[in-house]
Amino acid sequence: MDEPLHPVPDRSRLLRLRQHPWLSVAGMAALVLTWEAASRAGLMPRLFLPAPSACAVRAWELIANGQLAEHLVASLRRILAGYALGSVTGIAVGIGTGFFSRFRALGLPVIAATYPIPKIAILPLLILWLGIGEPPKIAVIAIGVFFPLAINTHAGIVACDPTLLRAGVSFGASRWDLVRKVLLPAALPMIFAGLRLGAGISLLLVVSAELIAADSGLGFLILNAADLLQTEDLMVGLATLSLLGIAFNAGLSWLERRIVRWR
Amino acid sequence: MLGPSGCGKTTLLNLIAGLATPTRGRIAFEGALADPRQPFTAVVFQEFALFPWRTVTGNVAFGLEMLRLPARAAQERARECIRLVGLEGFETKYPHQLSGGMKQRVSMARALAVDPIMLLMDEPLSALDAQTRTLLQGELVKLWAATNKSFFHVTHNIEEAVFLAHRIVVLSRRPGRIREIVTVDIPHPRDEHVRALPRFGETVDHCWSLIRDEARAALLEPESAGPSVIAEPGLPAGRL
Repeated sequence: MDEPLHPVPDRSRLLRLRQHPWLSVAGMAALVLTWEAASRAGLMPRLFLPAPSACAVRAWELIANGQLAEHLVASLRRILAGYALGSVTGIAVGIGTGFFSRFRALGLPVIAATYPIPKIAILPLLILWLGIGEPPKIAVIAIGVFFPLAINTHAGIVACDPTLLRAGVSFGASRWDLVRKVLLPAALPMIFAGLRLGAGISLLLVVSAELIAADSGLGFLILNAADLLQTEDLMVGLATLSLLGIAFNAGLSWLERRIVRWR
Repeated sequence: MLGPSGCGKTTLLNLIAGLATPTRGRIAFEGALADPRQPFTAVVFQEFALFPWRTVTGNVAFGLEMLRLPARAAQERARECIRLVGLEGFETKYPHQLSGGMKQRVSMARALAVDPIMLLMDEPLSALDAQTRTLLQGELVKLWAATNKSFFHVTHNIEEAVFLAHRIVVLSRRPGRIREIVTVDIPHPRDEHVRALPRFGETVDHCWSLIRDEARAALLEPESAGPSVIAEPGLPAGRL
């Protein structure tokens, strides 16, 4: 066997996805440290971009004097009320348009017509109808959350494997049995995707609503801080929103793992 | 029920299951009913059609829930049927944790659980690999002997038809008509060894001669490449 050997090229490197957990940590640390250093060296006016350490100190003060908690609770109340209202009605309407032909004929055009409206543009109308207290803020969040849930629930039901429906029907399932025992469980992963989208939208809308008309909440905290040039306070508000979003998502992931156990 | 792709085997099964509307005529079961609530049929689907969010027991109990059986009785009956198909110990597993052969056994247990007059098997072994398929053919024979029910088995696999059936209804395509009813002259209970009998091979050859030309014609028609393209005025499609 004196024939030359020709090794097969290993091309699998392009097919592997590698993990770099330390790079993520290092990247975050580098970002914060650069910011801190830039701020201390006076490269940025502290009025516009305070150092992370200064923000952390201010955060601690706002936690200690209870102001942060007060605004956080005010925002959370609005979010939870609007989110609950919007997601329940969204899922109900999605089931309706997904499975009931008359409901679909009635509902889809209305959804198609109202969905493109930026929800914050409805707020003035809601204030006109509901006054300037909590109701319009809760309503605008509910409307914002309604759409991703209605649309995702609808899509999840429409995408349900027809063989599963046939199996259900072949065993004599009623319409209501099909909804409860076939379509809804089949749509659950899509519904959870909708709940995630809704969570992001609810944060966006609570802040927007509070920026327009409020005397409490994270949006108010941020706007007020900007008016008074208290940039540290503003940064604390932004950081709180970031943490809130992360917590919201983590909570939903936990819930999804508990409910969608079959994957 | 044996026939080439596109001959309407599955459509006929759907009609018997009440999952499609006949354009003409009607389908009825004859005779006095011992229990008016006893279902006429239960279907074992080619794609298993198990509910991924239900455990093995939950899937087998589905039809019993539809019959409004009390939960306890349903669980007990489900367990009984799970034992019958040899899946003891897998009661709490989800479908994605099972092999194809096991999934199809769950599907069979689900159909048996409701105690139908007739079991409708819609190419139940087509989605399985060849070895699993051969094994499950043997188990089907045993299951049939153990339950003493009528099995209406649709297949395009000739050996499978000859191995399982007393009578094979061979269909032609375009139009879907009965070509011949072949009586399989091999005594029951059958086991692996019947495949080696001259009678077995002769019957297979005969059936093949009945459908060979049409199967070849089907090959040249791209739109009827597989049984899945059979037009079914299906309830779900209409509703979704």
